Amino acid sequence: MANETKELQVQDTQKQEVTSMSDAERTRSRKAYVPRADIYETNDEIFVVADMPGVDENSVDITLEKNVLTINGYVESEAPENYSLAYAEYEVGDYQRSFTLSNQIDLDKIEAAVKHGVIRLRLPKAGPAKARKIAVKAA
Amino acid sequence: MLRDPFGRYGYRSPRYEMERLRQEMDQLFNRAFTESRLQTPASYPAMNVWTNEEGVVVTAELPGVEPDDIEISVVGDTLTLSGSRRPDELKEGERYHRRERTSGNFSRTFQLPFRIEDAKVEAVFEKGVLHISLPRAEADKPKKIAVKMA
Repeated sequence: MANETKELQVQDTQKQEVTSMSDAERTRSRKAYVPRADIYETNDEIFVVADMPGVDENSVDITLEKNVLTINGYVESEAPENYSLAYAEYEVGDYQRSFTLSNQIDLDKIEAAVKHGVIRLRLPKAGPAKARKIAVKAA
Repeated sequence: MLRDPFGRYGYRSPRYEMERLRQEMDQLFNRAFTESRLQTPASYPAMNVWTNEEGVVVTAELPGVEPDDIEISVVGDTLTLSGSRRPDELKEGERYHRRERTSGNFSRTFQLPFRIEDAKVEAVFEKGVLHISLPRAEADKPKKIAVKMA
C-alpha cells in the first residue's frame, strides 16, 4: 500500500482558521479552527470523521438543523503550570465546522464517539429517503 | 450605459460591503501580528515547547494516533518523536466524499536547551494531545554561587 510508506508533511500540521462571514460573530474570544474532516458514505449511512485534538466527549456539541450539521469543539488552554512558552509552532483554539447534508438523516439515530481527539459521527439515512427510484410512466 | 453604482456588488448594500471590508482588514492585521510568533515546523507534527528552570514540556497534537504507535526517545539533550498515523480502512461499499485527514509516518528530532534526566521523562497522551515532560539533568542545573563578604 502506498499509504504505508507515505511521510506526513509540514503542510499536514497547518490549521485553518474559521473566517466565514456567514456565521454570527463568536462569543468566545479564542481562535476557532476548521477541523480537517473525512466524509464517507454507504448505502445506509454517512460517516463524518474530524480531527479535533484537545476535544473529548464532554467538550463537543453536535447540532443538526434542517440539513446542516454543525460540529463545535471547545478546547481549554493546554499551558502546563509554572512553565512559560519558549517556542511555538501551533496555537490552540476551538473547532467549528458545518456540513450541508444532501440526504435525509434519521435524527434520532445519530451516533457520535470521540477517541484520541478524533470525532466520528454515524448518520443513518432515514428509511423513505434511501435511494428511491422514481418510476417513469409512459404518457 | 451608466449602471447603478450600488448594484455592481449584487444585492448587498454598501454598508454590508464596508462591514465585510472592515472585518477582512481586522483579520489581516490580527494575523500579521499574532501569527508571526509561530514558527514553521520542520516536519510533522507541530510542537510547542514550554520551559522553566526545572525542565521542559513539549506538546504536540497527534489526533487519531494510537498511543502504541508513538515512540519517544531521549539522548542527552536530543528528543526524538516518531510514529505513524494510520489511515481509516474503508469497507466494501463505502466511498469517500471528502478526504482531508492525512496519514503516514512521522519523525522529528528536537534539540532541547539543556541535558535531560532521561530516567525521569514522562509522556501523557490525552485527547489526541501528547505532553512530554523532560526534567533537566541534576548535573546540568545552574549552581547558585554564594557571594562572601571580603
